[in-house]
Amino acid sequence: MNIVVDLNRCQGYAQCAFVAPRVFTMHGEEALLYTPAVPDDQQGRVLRAEAACPVQAILVGEEAGAGAR
Amino acid sequence: MHGEPRDGRIVIVGASLAGLRAAETLREEGFAGTLTLIGEEPHTPYDRPPLSKQVLLGTVSADKTGLPQRREVDAEWKLGVRATGLDPVGKQVLLADGEKVPFDRLLIATGTRARPWPNPAEAALDGVFTLRTIEDAGRLAERLDAGPRRVLVVGAGFTGSEIASACRERGLEVTVAERGPAPLVGALGGTLGALAAKLQRAHGVDLRCGVTVTALEGNGRLTGARFSDGTGIDADVAVVALGAVRNTEWLAESGIAAGPRGVTCDAGCRAFDMYGIVTDDVFAAGDVARFPHPLFEYQLLSLEHWGNAVAQAEVAAHNMIHAGPRRRPHLTVPAFWSSQFGLNIKSVGVPTFSDQVVIAQGSLKDARLVAVYGYRGRVTAAVSVNQAKSLEYYQRLIETAAPFPPAPGAADRIESPEPVPSDVPDPKVLSHGPTVALTGHLPDRRLTLVQPAR
Ligand SMILES: Cc1cc2nc3c(=O)[nH]c(=O)nc-3n(C[C@H](O)[C@H](O)[C@H](O)COP(=O)(O)OP(=O)(O)OC[C@H]3O[C@@H](n4cnc5c(N)ncnc54)[C@H](O)[C@@H]3O)c2cc1C
Ligand code: SF4
Repeated sequence: MNIVVDLNRCQGYAQCAFVAPRVFTMHGEEALLYTPAVPDDQQGRVLRAEAACPVQAILVGEEAGAGAR
Repeated sequence: MHGEPRDGRIVIVGASLAGLRAAETLREEGFAGTLTLIGEEPHTPYDRPPLSKQVLLGTVSADKTGLPQRREVDAEWKLGVRATGLDPVGKQVLLADGEKVPFDRLLIATGTRARPWPNPAEAALDGVFTLRTIEDAGRLAERLDAGPRRVLVVGAGFTGSEIASACRERGLEVTVAERGPAPLVGALGGTLGALAAKLQRAHGVDLRCGVTVTALEGNGRLTGARFSDGTGIDADVAVVALGAVRNTEWLAESGIAAGPRGVTCDAGCRAFDMYGIVTDDVFAAGDVARFPHPLFEYQLLSLEHWGNAVAQAEVAAHNMIHAGPRRRPHLTVPAFWSSQFGLNIKSVGVPTFSDQVVIAQGSLKDARLVAVYGYRGRVTAAVSVNQAKSLEYYQRLIETAAPFPPAPGAADRIESPEPVPSDVPDPKVLSHGPTVALTGHLPDRRLTLVQPAR
């Protein structure tokens, strides 16, 4: 499972960092850093973070083009 | 073409952010024909913004930035092979391995690459890097892990500044060399450029502005650099951050309006041919595209912004499978973010399309503010520093061409505003290319800064 955060949309509410602190962390007061490849044991938390984000900035999905070649 | 062209063969050249989002949109909107994605890189699509942030900080490894897919994309992927030409009459894309891939409609999404150091022998020195791909980022992160004594960053645009920030956070000594008067000045103007310079120095960056790097020195390995002011430094790593070059060379013989500034297209992402006639089967999206935007007087705009690649790809894909009147224009307000030196910088609109700027909220002193830009009396951009929540409001002002300076209700905590003159440099005096290029518009050389009295 992979994620990408649309940081144009992200408002730094830090909901995701609260729900899944091993994947999302605030860098300074406002900037969000995250781990694009989600560790297996964090998938449940990431799905909850996706749902909790007030601006729906988190996109969760399988890695694109897997099995492409 | 008849009805809604949901069948046939669509080929996308460039299998990165714009290519992927276009492919997803095509399938989502009911494209039932064959879809082929061609990508020069051997990798499936990955995200680039983390490369100069998480990856250089060492919190994410370079090969772990793969982009998630929004839906199943039934497509044939040809990865690790370059498109070398386009035959617009025979309607086929020519590949480096000799294959010819036929299409009914084509999307050009080949993006940009890092501008290389101009001296090839110096560029080949061990320790000299650029940053655009996961290979670049992986090699550079590895070298930073090894603890170089000093890193030289050539060019203080967004990428260069983010690299310098990551190095300082790792505790590495950094020198930044910039031909212009301040970091970020080409994208944000003199006021925020001066703030960026102050911040870099406060974080221990050895910032040299108004100088160029005249030579990278070494014998096999990089040992140092010489500057135009006669000084020099010892360094074992140099990152060349001189901006990007658009990947349009493969279109040279195609008759498409493609050149160093990108592929010219209309607001519906349809490419123009070299005579200025719009095509109906060749589309462009992402960093490689150049398009007219009504908010900026229909001047052709090239953007190197993540959000633009996504939005433009969606519009291009929609228009590829819808007939005339059901097509949509790509009129999104440009927007991008950057994080560096602990700050969250966000921009909406086009800050360089301006003649005046006002600090509408917060202050430079606290490095927490919104700067609003105007051109001939209307709001054209806003940049926030650690104040992202306010930006949406200003985006609406930009969309509605609201008068500049914004009305007092809009401007939080403005006391008697005091004009201060400020300069925006001609892009030619910068080390790096601008991340937004507007054809025909040079910003006013004497920006006026209106800021709250202290
Ligand atoms: C280090 C870095 C940090 C960034 N940070 C930010 C940020 O913080 N905020 C922001 O808004 N934007 C940022 N960006 C910009 C953002 O990544 C780009 O706007 C985005 O990647 C554009 O996507 P694209 O698909 O148009 O082009 P690209 O990502 O450039 O992809 C084009 C693809 O086409 C392929 N290609 C090129 N020529 C050919 C050919 N002839 N045949 C086949 N394939 C070809 C390339 O190999 C490449 O994979 C950053 C970019 C970089 C490099
Ligand atoms: S919850 Fe959403 S808005 Fe808040 S920091 Fe996370 S991604 Fe950003």
